[in-house]
Amino acid sequence: MAELILAGFGGQGVMSMGQMLAYAGMLEQKKVSWIPSYGPEMRGGTANCAVVITDEEIGSPVVVEPDVVVAMNLPSMDKFESTIKPGGVLLYNSSLIDRKPARDDITVLAIPANEVANELGNTRVANMVMMGALLTQTGVVKVDSIHKGLEQVLPSHRQDLLEVNKQAMERGSKLAAE
Amino acid sequence: MAKQLMKGNEAIAEAAIKAGCRHFFGYPITPQNELPQYMSRRMPQVDGVFLQAESEVSAINMVYGAAGAGARVMTSSSSPGISLKQEGISYLAGSQLPCVIVNIIRGGPGLGGIQPAQSDYFQATRGGGHGDYRVIVYGPASVQEMVDLTMEAFDVADRYRNPVMILGDGVLGQMMEPVEFHYKPAEGLPAKDWATTGAAGRDPNVINSLSLVAEHLEEHNWRLQDKYKEATEKEQRWELYNCDDAELVLVAYGTTSRIVKSAVNQLREQGIKAGLLRPISLFPFPEKAFAQLPSSVKNFLAVEMSAGQMVDDVRLTVNGATPVHFYGRTAGVIPGPAEIIKKAKEVAGGEK
Amino acid sequence: MNVVFERTPALSDRPTHYCPGCTHGIIHRLVAEALDELGVREKAVGVAPVGCAVLAYNYFNCDVQQAAHGRAPAVATGIKRVNADNVVFTYQGDGDLASIGCAEIVHAAARGEKITTIFVNNAIYGMTGGQMAPTTLEGQKTTTSPYGRKIESTGHPIQVSEMLATLPGAVFVERVSVHDVPNIRKAKKAIKKAFEDQLNGQGFGIVELLSTCPTNWGMAPQEALEWLTGNMIPYYPLGNFRSPEEVE
Repeated sequence: MAELILAGFGGQGVMSMGQMLAYAGMLEQKKVSWIPSYGPEMRGGTANCAVVITDEEIGSPVVVEPDVVVAMNLPSMDKFESTIKPGGVLLYNSSLIDRKPARDDITVLAIPANEVANELGNTRVANMVMMGALLTQTGVVKVDSIHKGLEQVLPSHRQDLLEVNKQAMERGSKLAAE
Repeated sequence: MAKQLMKGNEAIAEAAIKAGCRHFFGYPITPQNELPQYMSRRMPQVDGVFLQAESEVSAINMVYGAAGAGARVMTSSSSPGISLKQEGISYLAGSQLPCVIVNIIRGGPGLGGIQPAQSDYFQATRGGGHGDYRVIVYGPASVQEMVDLTMEAFDVADRYRNPVMILGDGVLGQMMEPVEFHYKPAEGLPAKDWATTGAAGRDPNVINSLSLVAEHLEEHNWRLQDKYKEATEKEQRWELYNCDDAELVLVAYGTTSRIVKSAVNQLREQGIKAGLLRPISLFPFPEKAFAQLPSSVKNFLAVEMSAGQMVDDVRLTVNGATPVHFYGRTAGVIPGPAEIIKKAKEVAGGEK
Repeated sequence: MNVVFERTPALSDRPTHYCPGCTHGIIHRLVAEALDELGVREKAVGVAPVGCAVLAYNYFNCDVQQAAHGRAPAVATGIKRVNADNVVFTYQGDGDLASIGCAEIVHAAARGEKITTIFVNNAIYGMTGGQMAPTTLEGQKTTTSPYGRKIESTGHPIQVSEMLATLPGAVFVERVSVHDVPNIRKAKKAIKKAFEDQLNGQGFGIVELLSTCPTNWGMAPQEALEWLTGNMIPYYPLGNFRSPEEVE
């Protein structure tokens, strides 16, 4: 069972990242749910979504104590760092977050997602750098399942983006393995 | 068909289209906006009609006109908007018109909030508007069940010539889960020979809820009551989970029932014989489910995202035979398993 | 014996409940004659209002839906959107249309909904007992304006035809009166034209008919007709405000 919260500001792709994870889980015949935060907070500050991937029936899709948090910006880390289960994982976007997490009972990975994405020439794939790191660290779903999901999710005229997304995941994966 | 990952709101819309709904009238309100938005995309692709009305009041009256003309028709809204629709729902029930109404509940009263709640249970199950009438109400607990019950709702509406309501909440509307669509049209549905399609070669049809002679109106009311009795006999739906040897039965529907199920699992691990009775039809309330429970049951605990509404139906059903307790969070706060377990232990312990 | 005058088929063979001297009966007949002359009775669907004409479903010999107060244009929208071949009309009074149903009529007109509205303006609420309507004239006494309508506290009477004629979707807007035979003939022509425009798929049409309410005005029928010409027509001028020919 994995309960994840993915958070960032609008446009950082945390919602679609969550949907890709849920989709991949579904392809692996697991029980999955995805739920966004909704309301006025969507119109500015921080947006987040919760994803549950498990073999058992899912109770609440709302995640209160996540196993994994991905924080793409500082307000997200401020909001969710304290909620992570002891022994859980925090991946944060060190390109935009200059403070270090305070928790010492969790695994922390600093991923310079924006810098890597910019090196790849597409700042919008920062979320996929995070995705690569997340999968390597947690194994919550297989990389292959995300690839399959991407192929299905990207419209036919955007399939050219597949390659850069895959590259971004590989770079993130390497950073997590280091 | 392969499974798709869909939001509850969108899944309801697609289910409606699969069930032959080609007319949708709505008005924007959070947290159900994905439903009309989806309809506005899909209806033109299936030669259907999506119309954004000038208000919820107009939308439900467009539903009245379309239902009276014989169409499968839907509207959706959230709590404050459903309050506005009540006039029209009363007219629909009085004129015996089938339609499907979706309420993705948010916290109230008044403008309230936009987070999920179950505080419209009274309004939904007691009729909601003026007069002696009922709406058949379903409370799905997953996106798949939203799909299945929406499809069924159209058949049930046509069978009883009565509005049917899908009662969801912000969690169910917003969440994505895998779904499959399998619609098999019900057999033996009555022909809509009462619809106003133009009186060509027949006497005029009149869609009407007015009856100025009290005795005639009473007769009409008894006919409506007969339908509700028949629905109460035939349309009760529920799920029993871990109830075979249960001493404490938690009663919850919709989103809350999912959380309660997690709580029941944890209570069992801790040696407490807990079970879940999950009403799926809210009107008719599944009284038959209670009759199936074993004699080991010592307590009921109703859990709701309200200050205590469905618990009244539990009390009415149990009728004093067994203590009925209540735990609720309201106004958009979602209870967690831990607080439910705490309350359940209090209840279970109190009997020893 | 030669039959020289008959009930038109689109009217039912039933006595109406309208008060002596009321002009609703005339207007019902004009609508029914128009439907019959156009040969569309069998595809007509009427929408009855709340108000004096609430029982119109008993008088029109075609399919009818009875609507909640003010909601007839929304109900008619639902009907027309299901069966575009139906000839759909609402029959509404001034309280129903211009007060509680103001949003519905404005938006049906704005959408250019292909329906026809028969709007009976008698400057008062009839069925509920002579209360002030949005169309009640300045100084006019009613049971809720016993000292006469005061503009200062209740505003000006609404000129519905002028208001709706500002909307491009309202392709046919005409105000007529039924106080004498020449005007009744003009009213009939306007109603028929409005239905023809619907049949041609032109858009929303409305005929506003100035009408009397002898009972609630507290006048004899003849006196009421004179009051209409002397008081209502000056504020509610007769004439065509919009027609598709002009729009094009």
